[in-house]
Amino acid sequence: MQKKVTNVTINPGLKEDIYYVEVFRGLWITNRHFVVNMWRHTLRLFGIKTKEKGAVTYQYPEERRPIHHRWRGRHRLTRKQDGSMRCTACMLCETICPCNCIHIVPGESPNPNVEKFPEQFNIDVLRCCFCGYCAEACPKDAIRMDLLEPEISGYTRDIIFTKDFLLGVTDDRPWENARLEAAYEEDK
Amino acid sequence: MLSPSAPMTLSMGPSHPATHGIIRINLQLDGERVVDSTVDMGFLHRGFEKMCETHAWNQAIVYTDRLNYVSAMINNIGYCMAVEGLLEIETPPRCQTLRVILSELSRVEDHLTCLAAQVMECGALTAFLYTMKAREYVYELIEMACGARVTTNWTRVGGLSMDVPPDFADAIKARIPSIRIVNDEFNKLLTKNRIFIDRVKDVGCMTKEEAIDWGFTGPLLRATGVPFDVRRDTPYLNYDEFDFEIPIGSNGDVYDRYVIRLFEMEQSLQIIEQALEKLPEGPVNVDDMSITLPAKEDVYGNIEGLINQFKLIMDGHGIKPPPGEYYSAVEAPNGELGFYVVSTGEDKPYKCRCRPPCFPFTAAIPKMIKGHLVSDIVPIFGSINMIGGELDR
Ligand code: SF4
Ligand code: SF4
Repeated sequence: MQKKVTNVTINPGLKEDIYYVEVFRGLWITNRHFVVNMWRHTLRLFGIKTKEKGAVTYQYPEERRPIHHRWRGRHRLTRKQDGSMRCTACMLCETICPCNCIHIVPGESPNPNVEKFPEQFNIDVLRCCFCGYCAEACPKDAIRMDLLEPEISGYTRDIIFTKDFLLGVTDDRPWENARLEAAYEEDK
Repeated sequence: MLSPSAPMTLSMGPSHPATHGIIRINLQLDGERVVDSTVDMGFLHRGFEKMCETHAWNQAIVYTDRLNYVSAMINNIGYCMAVEGLLEIETPPRCQTLRVILSELSRVEDHLTCLAAQVMECGALTAFLYTMKAREYVYELIEMACGARVTTNWTRVGGLSMDVPPDFADAIKARIPSIRIVNDEFNKLLTKNRIFIDRVKDVGCMTKEEAIDWGFTGPLLRATGVPFDVRRDTPYLNYDEFDFEIPIGSNGDVYDRYVIRLFEMEQSLQIIEQALEKLPEGPVNVDDMSITLPAKEDVYGNIEGLINQFKLIMDGHGIKPPPGEYYSAVEAPNGELGFYVVSTGEDKPYKCRCRPPCFPFTAAIPKMIKGHLVSDIVPIFGSINMIGGELDR
């Protein structure tokens, strides 16, 4: 297959020296944008759908960008159908995490049919780089990053997601737990 | 007391609006004219190479995202290709074509950002906003492929973390015309505009010989008239299957670099279209249990898959390339991005060295700005597209 070499040097000529021709062409482009976008905004204001929006921006917090379902957002721990947690404290996610931000303390499970479970499961989310390796490594589908939740914030410098929070059984951030509950409903 | 003829010392940066990325240029000025200068870099040093030595081969991919964060995908691909060279494996055709598509998307994204920043610093804010719109389109496509906009972390040694979604090809095809329109408008707004031309023509010139001496690659080398492109001269992936043109300039000034970047975006879009035409079906990972993670059905469903998963992830196990060293280069938007990896047969790199393409450009700033006015530094600096993450690693 051929790869041609092209010389693309532009040597400005008389038309560029005259200056006004190009300036008016530029003004034509910017003005057309103004008129077209204004028209679209106006139509949408009256509820008439146009093919494209007037601007690519979104009026965040009122309006949210649709996020693709592959988005790696905040973590959650999944549950089995009976509501108990899936994680068996196998430590794979702790091992693969490149930022060392998962801390698991394994313990004996109260359920006699399950050997191990995590007594503590903390994610130091300010260290997390959202690489998605933990979800990829988990052999039990116990940790997922599918909440489509891009905003993670807190009032202190140590945002640690505890086991209860990741499972959605605390109420320290009720607004986020609503989304978790919806996700669990969908799993069923 | 200063005598009127003594040069004045002025420190530009580290936090100057035009030195995006952190860098300090120490100027010696005679009035407005630059007599001499030194460049001070390293403010963003994060120890990438050292970090790689303490992480498994696959874990280091995360750190390559943070090199050139505007085109993270190409860094992922470059690093993985180096490790694959060490392992002496070849990725399946579908993986290679997908890597080409995503490389070219990242190239478009990087050139858009670079041009936008460059012209914005010259005062063309409208053009900046138009290109940001097109960049948003590209980010949406990248998010669709890998689940993140900037920190992609999409490739794995021996393939990809996941195949693209089924509607990916259609989404790209639907977006390419919009990106073309933006490029066209950008071109019409600026390329022939005399205000812009007067600002950038014959500014920051380098000759062919100088550029080669300084180790330039990429658009800056091509602007001087040397048709060097890693994609053409040492084809990697399946670039030899595609037709595209290599733009070269003749003056090596900021204007030529601008025109070349604009032209390359169009070529990248054409490569994407050709690649989508012949995107083969099939697996995206090499079929080798010691490299690729098993399919999720096997992990959940049978003991072999489960053990395989553990063996690839546990400390001290995992991918173990044979002892040796390997250098491989890819054509990043800025030039030749090389990774040199050394293995001692362990599950971690013994050494991972990155050749950042913008390092030689930044080192040549004193040469390029000598004799120019202080206001010319800004377009020159914009045209070299210095990325702090990549420069200081
Ligand atoms: S996303 Fe990556 S960094 Fe974050 S907890 Fe999971 S493995 Fe660790
Ligand atoms: S979340 Fe998954 S990988 Fe992590 S300890 Fe639990 S079962 Fe293992």
